[in-house]
Amino acid sequence: MDPFSSVTELSRALANGALSSVEVTRYYLDRIHAHEALNSFITVTEELALSQARAADAARRDGSAGPLSGIPLAHKDIFCTDGVITSCGSRMLENFVAPYDATVVARLRAAGTVLLGKTNMDEFAMGSSNENSHFGPVGNPWDSTRVPGGSSGGSAAAVAAGLTPIATGTDTGGSIRQPAAFCGISGLKPTYGRVSRYGMVAFASSLDQGGVLGRSAADLALLLAHMAGFDPSDSTASEHTDAWLAELPARGLGTPERAPVIGLPREYFDGLRVGGREIDAARAVLERAGCRFREISLPHTAMAIPAYYIIAGAEASTNLSRYDGVRFGYRCPDPQSLDDLYRRSRSTGFGAEVKRRILTGTYALSVGYFDAYYLKAQKLRRLIQQDFLSAFEQVDLILTPTTPDVAFPRGALSDDPVAMYQQDIFTTPVSLAGLPAMSVPCGLVDGLPLGMQLIGPHFGERVLCETAELFQRESDWHQRRPEGFADD
Amino acid sequence: MADIDLAHLCQLAQLALSDAEQHAARADLARIIAMVDQMQSVATDGVEPLAHPLDGRQRLRPDVVTEAVDRARFQRIAPATEDGLYLVPRVVE
Repeated sequence: MDPFSSVTELSRALANGALSSVEVTRYYLDRIHAHEALNSFITVTEELALSQARAADAARRDGSAGPLSGIPLAHKDIFCTDGVITSCGSRMLENFVAPYDATVVARLRAAGTVLLGKTNMDEFAMGSSNENSHFGPVGNPWDSTRVPGGSSGGSAAAVAAGLTPIATGTDTGGSIRQPAAFCGISGLKPTYGRVSRYGMVAFASSLDQGGVLGRSAADLALLLAHMAGFDPSDSTASEHTDAWLAELPARGLGTPERAPVIGLPREYFDGLRVGGREIDAARAVLERAGCRFREISLPHTAMAIPAYYIIAGAEASTNLSRYDGVRFGYRCPDPQSLDDLYRRSRSTGFGAEVKRRILTGTYALSVGYFDAYYLKAQKLRRLIQQDFLSAFEQVDLILTPTTPDVAFPRGALSDDPVAMYQQDIFTTPVSLAGLPAMSVPCGLVDGLPLGMQLIGPHFGERVLCETAELFQRESDWHQRRPEGFADD
Repeated sequence: MADIDLAHLCQLAQLALSDAEQHAARADLARIIAMVDQMQSVATDGVEPLAHPLDGRQRLRPDVVTEAVDRARFQRIAPATEDGLYLVPRVVE
């Protein structure tokens, strides 16, 4: 078996009987155990996986199987799973067993997928390096001394190392796209509201969006078709529907109806130190496939990082007030008063970055600072979104680098939170505007993967996925594999 | 340098920081606030704040019961319960 098989390939092998789901599942479980040093999983659900695999094989036999029946996957440990620990990478929730499934988990379970386990992540999804996990850092399969990116670093590393064919993630300011870029895989952040947030531990509710990390645009689109859609349990879930996505599992991902016009925003390329040449080469591939390019401007790009860190911090400080040591989560021993119970439970249960974000958000929301910071950030958010809406009057898609550089060494940015935040410079504008975007591999720099970001208009996942697939049909960067993870 | 009343912030956020953590938090917050202060360089007079990326409004649903509360199941994750109540340590004598 090839550990780097795509979901599409595995689905075909399961359908024609070349492989059983139990065989495939056992194979990936063995690989997860063999590569524990990567630390990409927090929980491995071996017994559950094998029982789901047996059920999927039975469904194949009685003819009730769908395209994802028997396909193994991993969920980021931010998605609630009934009966399985959901830690969110935090000491605060290290023993938390949710009494229900997240909508994403329930839908993928209903589609017949097999849960291999829950992947490592930055605590409460706050981080760009996966160094903020209570369960230890994750290695980058391309170079174990470097970070895999974050916050969905465990999902990205597990896919890149061939420990699972596909994994879910969440993206608040780049947490799917940046680790996908650092690990040489594809990652899709859908339009805000496309995928239900029900059962996804909340970080910043106006930005959080569930998505998927995998080997190809075709795989991501197939998973999206099974994850997305209206959910009455999430008050911000969109009621938008499109026939394209509903028909995708049966028809597959097609090619763009007409060759897209792609914008290149000068603010993302001016001063770019790494990746310019690789993105130029990718552009040439897309041009040969019929795409046309046009320079555009997104003038408020530089305001995205400050606006994002105010809005995300403010929403986080509010969302995380629920962790008080009373109803669930970590509780400190021997509290002396109710305030002492709250304070010591929170101070011991949360790690340094989470506390930093809570304090930043508390500052921005406090009396006397609200207008200068929170309201100002929301106004800038409007201007950033308007930049994109104006651009999409001229172009169908936008192409940018995903990150300003390739994966950095572990510890390199740990002492400087602001330098760490700058890693998100190309991903946060998209998050603030609520747009869909995908990072796809487009080159190697000194042996490390580089990603490019394709950005679509709201609910423009079709042209986004089809154009990414067009690129992957004409290039092989998404098929490169890190050394040391071949089947042996 | 930003004027940060760290003790007040910690009180609002219900966090207790050690001396070393306070020292680091002051330095980090000063850097973060200096970074976010770049926002003040852009004029935003008359701009409508954007609170939700799709300008979504809260939906209303029919006022009918759709779910039952299974208290015993939900309380299984609590640190301590008794007779259906959440127990907190006795802190007021």
